[in-house]
Amino acid sequence: MDLSRLERLSAFEWRIAPRGAMRVPALIYADEALVADMDDKVFDQVSNVAALPGIVKASYAMPDAHWGYGFPIGGVAAFDPDAGGVISAGGVGFDISCGVRALTTGIDCAEIERCSTELANSLFRHVPAGVGSTGAITLAPEEMDAMLSGGAAWAVARGYGATDDLARIEEHGCMAEADPAQVSDNARRRQRREMGTLGSGNHYLEVQRIAEIFDPRLAAAFGLEKGKTLVSIHCGSRGLGHQIGTEYLRDMAIAAADYGIALPDRELACAPLNSPIGQRYLGAMRAAINCALANRQIITHLTREVFAEFFPEARLDLLFDVSHNTCKVEEHRIDGAVRPVYIHRKGATRAFPPGHPTLPAALRPYGQPVLIGGTMGTASYVLAGVEGNEQRGFSSACHGAGRQMSRHQARRQWRGRDLSDALAAQGIIIRSPSARGVAEEAPGAYKDVTQVVDAAEKAALARKVAKLEPIVCIKG
Amino acid sequence: MSDARWEHFPHQADIGVRGIGPTLASAFEQAAVAMTAVICDVDAVAAKTRVEIDCAAPDTGLLLVEWLNALILEMAAEGLLFGRFAVRIDDLRLHGTAWGEPVDVARHAPAVEVKGATLTELDVRRRANGEWIAQCVVDV
Repeated sequence: MDLSRLERLSAFEWRIAPRGAMRVPALIYADEALVADMDDKVFDQVSNVAALPGIVKASYAMPDAHWGYGFPIGGVAAFDPDAGGVISAGGVGFDISCGVRALTTGIDCAEIERCSTELANSLFRHVPAGVGSTGAITLAPEEMDAMLSGGAAWAVARGYGATDDLARIEEHGCMAEADPAQVSDNARRRQRREMGTLGSGNHYLEVQRIAEIFDPRLAAAFGLEKGKTLVSIHCGSRGLGHQIGTEYLRDMAIAAADYGIALPDRELACAPLNSPIGQRYLGAMRAAINCALANRQIITHLTREVFAEFFPEARLDLLFDVSHNTCKVEEHRIDGAVRPVYIHRKGATRAFPPGHPTLPAALRPYGQPVLIGGTMGTASYVLAGVEGNEQRGFSSACHGAGRQMSRHQARRQWRGRDLSDALAAQGIIIRSPSARGVAEEAPGAYKDVTQVVDAAEKAALARKVAKLEPIVCIKG
Repeated sequence: MSDARWEHFPHQADIGVRGIGPTLASAFEQAAVAMTAVICDVDAVAAKTRVEIDCAAPDTGLLLVEWLNALILEMAAEGLLFGRFAVRIDDLRLHGTAWGEPVDVARHAPAVEVKGATLTELDVRRRANGEWIAQCVVDV
């Protein structure tokens, strides 16, 4: 991205002044090197979002922003329904509520390393991953409705996990006002056999070593101790969410003209929040959020079953569960007054500050855990939301490393088997049904996650708590 | 004019599929082959089962997205892969046939699941040399 087109507000905050159809400015949180490396498409996309009706304050891009669909991936935008604000299916994305959850294990990494190969094999057998894998559960129609309304709370009631887990999930594990009636038969058909599956692409289940602690007070509050291990699960709403995204993207692209919305890019397809299609999508998207929460809850249960075989004494406690691709109503202080706005986060996470009323009591004094997924060869991070970040992207942070290279290029550059062997030599065990899938997810295809989280911290979006390094990685 | 063919083009997070052919319908067929090639080796997919698809859209661009998404739905819901396609298009209504077989993870080694065809880089048109192209980015 050409830096001369941006106004530098600080070393970590860059502004695109409103021009043309832009109603508000665009703000990018990143250091100079990250901004310079961003594709020009990010500039176009973050500017296009600023032109949508009813946008509040600014269109934001997080440090890991890259070229997405309509919205940049790493994009955040709030809309006011009373000012003609819109909801965008593309602004949420196809994998609705794709997210990361982390489980503390209390197990020393030396203990894991003693059985890491067997543990990897067992997790790979037990947790369905990759194309064509099906879950152990096939949902009957009435169970599908209960799942779409109940989310992780539904899963817990069916014996997958514990009630204690729910407090550690956004929305306490159940997205309110989901409307299963707005979920099509085709979306249900795609989900019938996919409950409790990881999927493919960048999704994973990792066993990670807590390699470094940056903030001892927060680490202690989060149950993180150097040398212990953690399990991270990255996946989403599977076929159901993809189908809802597909259907509403098409319907909104066709309907936008009826609402007099001039789209700078068709992929920005959106509809007024206060419109029949906007309300239908909200109901369906919330049902898909519940599907993602239920899915991660079932995978958590499967993971605990495997760990119970190897470490009967261990307790896998849920640290937190964050969602990346959502639109949620939140109360924010805007120009001195608190009011509800609809926040789109596309490839971005919530990062609520200390004291936020929705955080569980045990976490409230410390801020929300923000889980940043890295690559299978590098590192992931735990951060925490910080005081004052409401003024910077409505308390949001980056979600991962962000790709810097296309799958196409990655496939030409690496061979999956060689990569798995090289990682094995570094003590990282990869299990995946597809060598090509591993090549496409090569660590070198991503930005430097450390640079991304450093930028998030210096931009005062979130504070670094701990660094995690992979020991075992199950790739879809 | 050259024969019908397909290719991939880069997108930072995902991948673009492009079909090229002497007719609009052949470009749509080739775009579908390109989409299967995102998932696995097309030649490894045997034509054991057949699925019929009908769809319509207000313009040819959205018709391509509808066609690819209809195939994605069948693949995902029925656990299938398709390797061969026949398309007929009359006045923005498409009738397609896809031949394929159930996913065999060991034999097909599918790299990635396609979540949806997007409107990004969506382009369906006749080039100056007379051949048709049909392309868009697919989310994986």
